[in-house]
Amino acid sequence: MSDGRLSVFKTYKLYVGGKFPRSESGRVYEVSDSKGRWLANAPQSSRKDARDAVVAARKAFGGWSGATAYNRGQILYRVAEMLEGRREQFVREVADAEGLSKSKAAAVVDAAVDRWVWYAGWTDKIGQVVGGANPVAGPFFNLSTPEPTGVVAVLAPQKSSFLGLVSVIAPVIATGNTAVVIASADAPLPALSLGEVLATSDLPGGVVNILSGKTAEIAAPLASHQDVNGIDLTGADAELAKELEIAAADNLKRVSRPSVSHHHPEKEAHSATRPQAVDGDDWSADPGTRRLTAFLETKTVWHPTGALGASGSSY
Amino acid sequence: MASAFDYAPAPESRSVVDIAPSYGLFIDGEFTEAAEGKVFKTVSPSTEEVLSEVAQAGAEDVDRAVKAARRAFEKWSALPGSERAKYLFRIARIIQERSRELAVLETLDNGKPIKETRDADLPLVAAHFFYYAGWADKLDHAGYGANPRPLGVAGQIIPWNFPLLMLAWKIAPALATGNTVVLKPAETTPLSALFFADICRQAGLPKGVVNILTGYGDAGSALVEHPDVNKVAFTGSTAVGKAIARQIAGTDKKATLELGGKGANIVFDDAPVDQAVEGIVTGIFFNQGQVCCAGSRLLVQESVHDEVLHALKRRLSTLRLGDPLDKNTDIGAINSAEQLARISALVETGEAEGAERWSAPCELPSSGYWFAPTLFTGVTQAHTVARDEIFGPVLSVLTFRTPDEAVAKANNSQYGLSAGIWTEKGSRILAVANKLRAGVIWANTFNKFDPTSPFGGYKESGFGREGGRHGLEAYLDV
Amino acid sequence: MPTTAPAFADATASDSALRRFLHGLPGVDTVGLEARAASLGTRSIKTTAKAYAIDLAISMIDLTTLEGADTPGKVRALAAKAVNPDPTDRTTPRTAAVCVYPDMAATAVAALAGSGVKVASVATAFPAGRAALDVKLADVRDAVAAGADEIDMVIDRGAFLSGRYLKVYEEIVAVKAECGSARLKVIFETGELSTYDNIRRASWLGMLAGADFIKTSTGKVGTNATPANTLLMLEAVRDFREQTGVQIGVKPAGGIRTTKDAIKFLVLVNETAGEDWLDNHWFRFGASSLLNDLLMQRQKLSTGRYSGPDYVTVD
Repeated sequence: MSDGRLSVFKTYKLYVGGKFPRSESGRVYEVSDSKGRWLANAPQSSRKDARDAVVAARKAFGGWSGATAYNRGQILYRVAEMLEGRREQFVREVADAEGLSKSKAAAVVDAAVDRWVWYAGWTDKIGQVVGGANPVAGPFFNLSTPEPTGVVAVLAPQKSSFLGLVSVIAPVIATGNTAVVIASADAPLPALSLGEVLATSDLPGGVVNILSGKTAEIAAPLASHQDVNGIDLTGADAELAKELEIAAADNLKRVSRPSVSHHHPEKEAHSATRPQAVDGDDWSADPGTRRLTAFLETKTVWHPTGALGASGSSY
Repeated sequence: MASAFDYAPAPESRSVVDIAPSYGLFIDGEFTEAAEGKVFKTVSPSTEEVLSEVAQAGAEDVDRAVKAARRAFEKWSALPGSERAKYLFRIARIIQERSRELAVLETLDNGKPIKETRDADLPLVAAHFFYYAGWADKLDHAGYGANPRPLGVAGQIIPWNFPLLMLAWKIAPALATGNTVVLKPAETTPLSALFFADICRQAGLPKGVVNILTGYGDAGSALVEHPDVNKVAFTGSTAVGKAIARQIAGTDKKATLELGGKGANIVFDDAPVDQAVEGIVTGIFFNQGQVCCAGSRLLVQESVHDEVLHALKRRLSTLRLGDPLDKNTDIGAINSAEQLARISALVETGEAEGAERWSAPCELPSSGYWFAPTLFTGVTQAHTVARDEIFGPVLSVLTFRTPDEAVAKANNSQYGLSAGIWTEKGSRILAVANKLRAGVIWANTFNKFDPTSPFGGYKESGFGREGGRHGLEAYLDV
Repeated sequence: MPTTAPAFADATASDSALRRFLHGLPGVDTVGLEARAASLGTRSIKTTAKAYAIDLAISMIDLTTLEGADTPGKVRALAAKAVNPDPTDRTTPRTAAVCVYPDMAATAVAALAGSGVKVASVATAFPAGRAALDVKLADVRDAVAAGADEIDMVIDRGAFLSGRYLKVYEEIVAVKAECGSARLKVIFETGELSTYDNIRRASWLGMLAGADFIKTSTGKVGTNATPANTLLMLEAVRDFREQTGVQIGVKPAGGIRTTKDAIKFLVLVNETAGEDWLDNHWFRFGASSLLNDLLMQRQKLSTGRYSGPDYVTVD
């Protein structure tokens, strides 16, 4: 604008089944920056958008969970590559969304890129770390293997619109789940832009589906959806989290509860000096394996071994 | 079955167990009456004889027990792991020493054959304590970070189908990791848990570390609800599991739920038929089918359906149903009148929906709760007996044409606990096992258990794993 | 080939047809088979059932001496014991047969004349069977001519293990033709066949070729009769009768030394092939020391006190 040219606004859209639809409801809502300046209109997803996203995620599950771990790792790494190339865009969007300085926003985006790399490397290692052979007392080979839970609804953190977002999506899909993600309600733009990156990263359509809108409105049908297998409540406040956990019990979804920051006062005190200490989670900390294992099932297979045969002998 | 070779009665001696006329709750190392003074009777399901009268815990008792466990927690969790280990090793050894007594007791209270309590339940109970004893001082190496911490007080609710084994699955990992427990056995099988309380005393376990509350669902619910319980472990029905999941919503209580199942036992045309028949029998008639991971749906390839069914019926005709204390009994009593009524109702539904019923020819005793081994043929996915967990000696037989169809039918269930695969083709085993959405898969075998082997379900069969290294996670703050 | 059951005539039409047939039999899972045998071994046979089983077991014994040191005197002593196992109790049943080498058959026939106890003779260059067919057939002829009621032949394990099933088959057929009215027991030497799949195939091969009995072993190798291999052979005769109507006997031999062992085998018979086989026309024990243990247990049952080796006769 400084040179007098009128810029081209971006129409932010949902990311569902590898496509970029508007909300079927036709609704949008205003998204503004931390100072209240209008940034864009974001789609305000409805129950039906949530339903469509679950259908897309379910459809993608077979292929994604059946892909080799190596292949999933390659694709997650590709996401990092694509993000790196669009670094400036995300720095701007994160700065706007979270009211950060350029340099702090850049640090956040860099951390998010690195997080994709971290999880890219995990895809073909988590199975060895949490699975293995069990020495049963009998003539059996007994092997435990982690498998993805299925379709996981992810309530992205409300404050950490990008690093937090990446930190909750990547571990869910690294292990072969597919995700329906509800972006931060107030700061959905980095999430919607991430959809564009995912769409160009060889990630099959439907593996990640991103919805924006009012968290509770979208989360309620997902929490009670009988074809959703897990729900990450990171972006829910205590009241909503409880409500959703109750709904999730109907088909015994695996529930990852929001972190409660008062549980770790020493950690909070420490992280208060860091830019990303929000949502009760320290997104800059070493993520560990907790989010990888939250949506994994352990399958244990038994098979007889037995003797080669009844031993004979010569005369 | 009249045979030239009639096995004479071979009853296990009942005198190895001394059941007192009444028992109290075990709280803080002492047996005590229920606060409200209520008691209930426990009967032998094979004879309906009253075995004993036990205290019925109420909310006040739950509070006393949780407080005792909380008091004990500080010291117990601070004990060096090697010391906790030695208590658990002691318990494992005492169980081995008293295993015949406990087997007879379990058979009396539960109705299952002595052959099973003697050869399956009790050895597994001792092995489970022995296994987790060894973990107590090695938690740093379990893959959950350095010095993983216990959760606190564990509220544990167990079912009646494997009373002592489920107790072991709950208590052994909880104590090894430094938690203290309040355990509620099922109301129809309270006795072995009370005998276990005595074993804790013999082992010198500090008071309050293990508390046993006999009682009904209201006591279980109060335990789940208690604000000072940090961990809920439940094995039982999916309906109650869901209720528990709702109860603990919004709290920071950690939960493991091990719930119902409708396991598919898939027999391919190249199966080792004689062993497959044994596996089908073990799958659904072990413990009268009152097993959450039972292979209650037989999916048999259409091309070998007649052959397998013929062999299966022939085999079922040799099952010996009767006195559970007789060492030759294969099929014991159903655990309760209530469970028998449920089985009967579902079987009636099966018949009403047009499935063809066949029951093994055997004479049922005149007293007690009995159900003949039964199978339904001509069953489709649409039949109730193919979808609902019957939890009894009732097998539903369905057919399939291709491996894809077998997998699709096997997975077409709200449950996902167990499955079986019978084929001589190794690659097919691995391919099918890979596609099945179930937590435990037995290939060319069925209903095998081991303390080192994680057990638990997918989908509505619950979450969390019991057994193995995996089983530690449920009791650690990780 | 007149003896082949009509239902399976095609199976023996050629070497390749026979191979296809035998390899088309259902496989055997080692662990499952052994677990079933072990489980039946836990049956508790007491009081009246035990008395029945002991007498039945005695009546099923092929009282055997197959030593290089065998003499007429030794054979006559054995024959006397077969007829009158317990001199202190004349209600004790006689054994089914006395089993000797062909050159001792005449001695045994003379000693057992009129007793009802059969004479069984091993033949076909027992135990290794490594001789020309003519020699084997001459061996059979000698035994039959000496008056043997039963011939215990060995199969050519070398031919079997090298896949020449038709050769094994034809040899059995040829031996059967020399037997006349004598019943033919076909010994597989299960310890040398090694795998349970082989034992199942050998069982069917033997039955197709006209065996009257299928027999585990010679007693001359490391692994002889076991509950598992006998269970497997009982399944074979059960299935063969269901498909052809022809009943075939089973004889475990070697290694069965105690009453407890023998009763376990009778339980296998009872619960696998069924009570039609609970008769010495259809089931035999190839044994020698077993008899004295059965006699001691029998004395214990009738007197209530434990017996000792001085109260039974040495062979």
